[in-house]
Amino acid sequence: MIALLQRDLLLAVRAGGGFGLGVAFFLIVVVLVPLGIGPDMVILSKVSVGVLWVGALLACVLSLDRIFSLDYDDGTLELLLTSPIPLEAVVTIKAFSHWITTGLPLVVVSPILGLLLGLQVSDLKWVVISLLIGTPALSAIGAFGASLTVGIRRGGLLLSLLVLPLYVPTLIFGANVASKGLEDVSNNGALLILTAVTLAAFSILPFASAFVLRINLR
Amino acid sequence: MLLSVDNLSVSRGGVSLFEGLNFTLSSGQFISLTGGNGTGKTTLLRSIAGLQPIDKGEILIDTDNFIFAGDSNGIKTSLTVSENLRFWSAIFGGKEFEEALEVFHLTKFENRFAGKLSAGQKRRLSLARLMLADKAIWLLDEPTVSLDKKSMEEFSKILKNHLEAGGAAVVATHIDLGLKTHSSNINIEDYRTKSGNLNASAGAFL
Repeated sequence: MIALLQRDLLLAVRAGGGFGLGVAFFLIVVVLVPLGIGPDMVILSKVSVGVLWVGALLACVLSLDRIFSLDYDDGTLELLLTSPIPLEAVVTIKAFSHWITTGLPLVVVSPILGLLLGLQVSDLKWVVISLLIGTPALSAIGAFGASLTVGIRRGGLLLSLLVLPLYVPTLIFGANVASKGLEDVSNNGALLILTAVTLAAFSILPFASAFVLRINLR
Repeated sequence: MLLSVDNLSVSRGGVSLFEGLNFTLSSGQFISLTGGNGTGKTTLLRSIAGLQPIDKGEILIDTDNFIFAGDSNGIKTSLTVSENLRFWSAIFGGKEFEEALEVFHLTKFENRFAGKLSAGQKRRLSLARLMLADKAIWLLDEPTVSLDKKSMEEFSKILKNHLEAGGAAVVATHIDLGLKTHSSNINIEDYRTKSGNLNASAGAFL
C-alpha cells in the first residue's frame, strides 16, 4: 500500500502530473479577491477566512477527477481491483495522496495568503489549524465523488456539482473554527465537529467509494 | 482443481451472451477461449476475475491465487519501465523484477519512460507483471496483441514454463500459441444464448 502512495506521489510530480496546479489556482483566486473588493484592509481581513476556505475548496475540486480517471483510462484500476490489496484501501491511499499533493500545499501557503488578506500574524494559527484538519475531508469526499463519475467522459463539471454541496459541512465548520479563533471566542465545538467530519469521511466514504467503483468497473 | 465453472450464464449491457458453460481447470492445464468478436470471451474472463456479475451458475476459484491481465496494458507512461514493475512487484508481495525484465527483453529499456516504448514493448512490459505475482491461475485477454512473431513465440515459452511449474491459464486468443499438451479449447459460440433473450434485450435500453 505504501508502494501505491509512493507511485501516486511520483506520478504527481512527474511531467503532466498536476502537482502545484491546485496551489497556483488557490494563489490566483486569493490574489484576485483584493482586486475585486478593493484594498481596504479592514474589509479584506473580515472576508479573509471565507476567501481562504472557498479558495481551498475550489482548488481541491480542480484536481479531483485525476484521483481515479487516469488509472481507469490505462486499465490500472481494473488490475488493482483484482490485486491482493482491498479496493477500500486503494481508495483510502488515493484520497490520502490527493491530500498530500493538493490539500497539504494549500495549508502550507495559507499563512502567506492570510497576510496578503490583512490577517495579523497571531491570527494565522487558526487559519492553518482549520485547513489542516478540514482539507483531508475534502479529499475523502472528493474521492467518493470521483468514484461516482469515473468512466464518464468530461465528468469534471458533473463531479464539481456533485461534490461541492457535500463540502458544505466542512466549509461551515472549518470557516467557523478560523473565524471564532480570530475573534478569541471559544471554538472548541466547531473544532470537534470539523475533526469528526474528517474522521467520518475517511472511515466511511472509502467503503462507499469502493462499492461504487466495483459497479462502475463492470 | 484450481477453477471450476458450473452452468454459467452471463449477460453484458442487458444482453445475455452465453449460457450453460461448464469447465474445470487443473494444475498444468491450458484453456484457450475462442469465438468471434462480441461473443463474450472478455466477459467470461472478467466474470472469473470477479469484475463482472454473473446471471446464473457458479464459479469456484481461490481469489488469492489468480492474476488477471485485461486488454489494457495498465502501465504508467510517465514512469520508467523499472518503476512500473517495481510498483506491481510491491503490490504482489515484493518479488525481484530483474528476471521479468530479462525474460521479456526489457533490461535495456529499464530506465526509459514507458510512454516512449513501442506498442509491442508496452505489451511485453504489461505481460512482465505476470511473473511478479506467484499466482497459479493466469487469466489473459488477448495477451499477444501487438507482439511480433519472435515475442509471441517467447511468450508461448513463458506460458509453457508456467504450466510445467504447476500453473494454469485461461487465455482468450485468436492465435495458436502452440501449446499442444494439456491444452483444450472452448469456443464460446457453442454456448451462445439461443432463446428467451427478448426481455434481456429490452433491459438493454433501460
